[in-house]
Amino acid sequence: MKTLSLNILDIVQNSIRAEADMITIEIEESAVKDIYKIVITDNGKGISGEILENVTDPFVTTRTRRRFGLGLPLLKYHAEITGGNLEVSSEPGKGTMIRVDFSNSHIDRQPLGDISGVLIILIAANPSKDFSYCHSTDSGEYRFNTADTKEFLEVETLSDMALLEDIKSIINENLKVINASGVQFETEY
Amino acid sequence: MSKITSLADLKKKRDELKGGLDIRVKAIDPDSVVQVKVAMATCGIASGAKTVMEFFLEQLERRNIAAIVTQTGCMGYCYAEPTIEVKLPGQDPVVYGFVDLKRADQIIEKYIKTGELVDGIIPVNYQTIDFKE
Repeated sequence: MKTLSLNILDIVQNSIRAEADMITIEIEESAVKDIYKIVITDNGKGISGEILENVTDPFVTTRTRRRFGLGLPLLKYHAEITGGNLEVSSEPGKGTMIRVDFSNSHIDRQPLGDISGVLIILIAANPSKDFSYCHSTDSGEYRFNTADTKEFLEVETLSDMALLEDIKSIINENLKVINASGVQFETEY
Repeated sequence: MSKITSLADLKKKRDELKGGLDIRVKAIDPDSVVQVKVAMATCGIASGAKTVMEFFLEQLERRNIAAIVTQTGCMGYCYAEPTIEVKLPGQDPVVYGFVDLKRADQIIEKYIKTGELVDGIIPVNYQTIDFKE
């Protein structure tokens, strides 16, 4: 995976499988403080003690289709090569929080990539779930969440593609305003 | 029209549209439309599932094909990612592997539009993933 957005897309799959209906993605970046932090929180069914202890072990997974899971170990690796780390905390029945810290200035810290595209995919593929996104930088903060957006636009679902394309452009314009770094604004093809 | 930069702009645009023509209401019954599921596990994402999913979302809309594009977990064909499952109304699902944009285009033009199978089918008895298995 070449960008942090793709890692986020991957980690959020865990929340979706854990039957969460509210998933929050927070990014805090600061060149001044040299931090790049991603926090993903969900209200899914949580991870119980034994699995939680070994959750970043690639050979621990609850899935039955294949016997290993590489999402968390991969993200942990990406964090650790920059001098950062990954923490998982969870309470069964309440939800899970993944927190990843990177060194912002480290040359191996991946760029964020197409985060608005990732959000659009998540919203389109999971119309019954709500997503919240918060991005703060040295110049400001941008917040977006699907629940408020639905209410504001007076629609029941955001899964209409024309609507999602406009939302993508709103997210991108706002990320430009706060000078979010490493964002890819164009689709790849 | 100038670039939309806020939800207020978006709402205004939608209100203007509403005045002119009815906002299209999509069929909700999933069995009556084409269903495309993109495998979106670590293996799929690392191989380009995001681009493939964006392609289907955008192109099916653009080509006026009533469809639901959604995601699924790892189907166990990690070697063949990106993989997608396509289910035409009233038919069994078919899984395609190694789906790049060229194959994705063929799948829309041939399989989805005319029912003609294209290369890349993973030929095993396949059942939709049920996460509650």
